[in-house]
Amino acid sequence: MSADNNTELRIVGFLCNWCSYGGADTAGVGRFQQPTDLRIIRVPCSGRIDPLFVLKSLVNGADGVLVSGCHPRDCHYSEGNFYARRRLEMLKRFLPILGIDERRFEYTWVSASEGQKWKTVVQTFTEHIHELGPAPKLDASLLKKAEALNLTQAA
Amino acid sequence: MKIGVFVCHCGSNIAGTVDVASVAEQARNLPNVAFSTDTMYTCSEPGQDEIVQAIKEHGLDGVVVASCTPRMHEPTFRKTVERAGLNRYMFEMANIREHVSWIGKDKEANTRKALDLVSMAVAKLANDRVLTPSKFDINKRVLVIGGGVAGIQAALDCADGGLEVVLVEKTSTIGGKMAKLDKTFPTIDCSSCILGPKMVDVAQHPNITLYACSEVGDISGYVGNFNVSITKKATYVDWDACTGCGQCTEKCPSKKATDHFNEEIGTTTAINIPFPQAIPKKASIDPEFCIKLTKGKCGVCEKVCPTQAIRYDQQDEKVEEAVGAIIVATGYDLFDWTRYGEYGGGRYPDVITSLQYERLLSASGPTGGHVTRPSDGKEPETVVFIQCVGSRDKSVDRPYCSGFCCMYTAKQAILTKDHMPESQSYVFYMDIRAPGKMYDEFTRRAMEEYGTKYIRGRVAMIYPKGDKYVVRGSDTLLGTQVEVEADLVVLAVGAEAAKGAPQLAEKLRISYDSYGFYMESHIKLRPVETNTAGVYLAGSCQGPKDIPASVAQGSAAASKVQNLFSRDQLESDPQISQVDIKRCIGCGKCIQTCPFGAIEEMDFRGATKAHVIETVCQGCGICTSTCPQGAIQLQHFTDNQILAEVNALCQPTTILNYE
Ligand SMILES: Cc1cc2nc3c(=O)[nH]c(=O)nc-3n(C[C@H](O)[C@H](O)[C@H](O)COP(=O)(O)OP(=O)(O)OC[C@H]3O[C@@H](n4cnc5c(N)ncnc54)[C@H](O)[C@@H]3O)c2cc1C
Ligand code: SF4
Ligand code: SF4
Repeated sequence: MSADNNTELRIVGFLCNWCSYGGADTAGVGRFQQPTDLRIIRVPCSGRIDPLFVLKSLVNGADGVLVSGCHPRDCHYSEGNFYARRRLEMLKRFLPILGIDERRFEYTWVSASEGQKWKTVVQTFTEHIHELGPAPKLDASLLKKAEALNLTQAA
Repeated sequence: MKIGVFVCHCGSNIAGTVDVASVAEQARNLPNVAFSTDTMYTCSEPGQDEIVQAIKEHGLDGVVVASCTPRMHEPTFRKTVERAGLNRYMFEMANIREHVSWIGKDKEANTRKALDLVSMAVAKLANDRVLTPSKFDINKRVLVIGGGVAGIQAALDCADGGLEVVLVEKTSTIGGKMAKLDKTFPTIDCSSCILGPKMVDVAQHPNITLYACSEVGDISGYVGNFNVSITKKATYVDWDACTGCGQCTEKCPSKKATDHFNEEIGTTTAINIPFPQAIPKKASIDPEFCIKLTKGKCGVCEKVCPTQAIRYDQQDEKVEEAVGAIIVATGYDLFDWTRYGEYGGGRYPDVITSLQYERLLSASGPTGGHVTRPSDGKEPETVVFIQCVGSRDKSVDRPYCSGFCCMYTAKQAILTKDHMPESQSYVFYMDIRAPGKMYDEFTRRAMEEYGTKYIRGRVAMIYPKGDKYVVRGSDTLLGTQVEVEADLVVLAVGAEAAKGAPQLAEKLRISYDSYGFYMESHIKLRPVETNTAGVYLAGSCQGPKDIPASVAQGSAAASKVQNLFSRDQLESDPQISQVDIKRCIGCGKCIQTCPFGAIEEMDFRGATKAHVIETVCQGCGICTSTCPQGAIQLQHFTDNQILAEVNALCQPTTILNYE
């Protein structure tokens, strides 16, 4: 299940504190073994996740991004995940326009008690990203150019 | 910036599958890290002391602890760094136990992952800012909405504890459903004898202001300082003058008014006092049936009232109250059983609800406690009870158990035998749920001592036959069909959320489930709190509950309020949004999306800007990801802080050039 340095891919997770982060904790407490590729960033609410975070990750070298929040209607902040769902769905449709494979991005809902489900989500998503292989990396010179452009614009 | 990193062994919990020493060593090479070490049990006293020591010795500006989940020990370590003189928000955690050591066995991969998590925490910490909570005064008054037994208990507990209480009840008397009950399980003590004195206490308590016939309008403000507008409905009687003598109700010629208190068994007069023990004991006019108000004639009550209390021109009145906490106790309502066409859909006069039956059993009810059939006034010989009408039935979208119907049906079967020793009762049930103290014994008594015949199965249909009703159902234990000829059929209708519960929830900004019951903050550990600070729940507004449970919750909610009010000032969580006035273009998008109404428009030198009301903001950050300008930033989770974590993981500099 575990991958050595060569085969491990870069997967970034954005999880809401109340449900999914708790669900990942529950999976840990239950010792549900998972692939090691995923790194989790904790945010208060899935509604806090700016699509930009996902984009930045993917553009800067992530092979996959996974977002998880509370189940619809269970949001700790009553409606944050509804905003998240709308934004992330839009993002998914927008990714191909940017030349990014939209299959590298997934969002899901996991509650704090669903440790087993979290394990399955991580396993499935990791396998799925491994099937896609490493993301094509952007040309560094292109990136430098873009950055320079950005700088001139900002100035 | 000088950051200290502490990597925890957690005994062998982490050290077993993560090379903690190596993580600590490599962490030293991360930008801003001035000190790093690995410790056995960071959360223990020596572990915490080590952090305090290191902060002082190395002049650290912030600390990263790599150990368990922040959901567990973040508060612990925040206090630790505070002890050493740092701001508690200059602290981050890397979860290398639940998210690393416990879920993977490959030590090499785990160590790599742990180091990544540490570098993310370090990167975020480098962007952390000192945050200070502000303090504000608490208004130590409490609003209780709903005057059923739960609300009464909560109001009395608060008032006895010295708090000023405002109690708002929708109907013209407090007491709720319990006031309508005859006797109560499992002790068969008289409901009004145990509730009555409590109701009187409410009326006489110097700390309680009671608004009956009233409803809550707008609610603004936040924990410690809510402003509530209350609408006092016109009763057409000056309650200051009314003594409750009842002379008007005796003389009122309009006798066909809906008798809400008696569950519409019989009728009442247009001007009425719902029942003799009503609190407040004041008359009110039902405008729908008053001849004076509908036709302009009559005026009898005005003539007979000895205190000249009648006011035909009375209007609704608005009052404002300021409180620091709110207890919601709006109870439940009964499922509309007429949706069951197979039970007659309301067409058979002698098929009645359980609550109507309580009124027939009650000595203060419309029949003086003599059980008679609504159709012909005859005493019934065979009474059939049907349980789970509108409970545990997906076909009517009520999949949940109403909790108390098994028990009250057993009670009603016992009372039926008490009232009419010659009668025979049948109960159709799905399962008997009697898990409370003395509850199972109670239902057994109904069967064994009182000879009630329990039949396990659903009733398929009821149809009239002569002056009786045939109740046809299955007996799933015998595997046969059964038919019982009944004189009276009593439906144990289920409980559903009180009418208007979702609308009230919107005003309070609390959540409700798909059936309208209010949601507690945590189903096990925070059962009377809501996710809106300062708003608490009591009784069956949260889900069907019997009297003991409703009373317990009333007291629990009151003690939460006492706890909140035990301080004079509250500290607000500084992890809230802040607007950068220079960036804000006043588009108002954040105002539209904030689920808590925490953002308002503000005038800044003639320009419209957004402004966050500190005490209302809950810190979700929905606004931050909405703002097109990046002007409104959730503190401690700013764009920069989260992107710092992203950058620590995905660095464009490491991008391979495939040329
Ligand atoms: C037929 C029957 C028999 C029962 N017998 C028993 C028994 O023997 N023993 C037992 O333990 N339990 C019994 N129960 C259950 C019992 O009725 C409940 O446990 C109890 O009434 C719950 O109290 P409550 O205060 O939560 O709600 P309620 O009694 O429903 O009181 C809620 C109050 O809030 C008011 N209200 C509602 N909305 C608003 C609003 N928006 N603004 C202001 N006020 C509002 C209502 O008018 C009401 O006065 C029985 C129930 C039924 C149906
Ligand atoms: S969304 Fe941003 S720019 Fe618009 S009003 Fe709110 S803070 Fe100002
Ligand atoms: S963080 Fe959430 S609660 Fe606070 S102002 Fe923004 S949207 Fe409203």
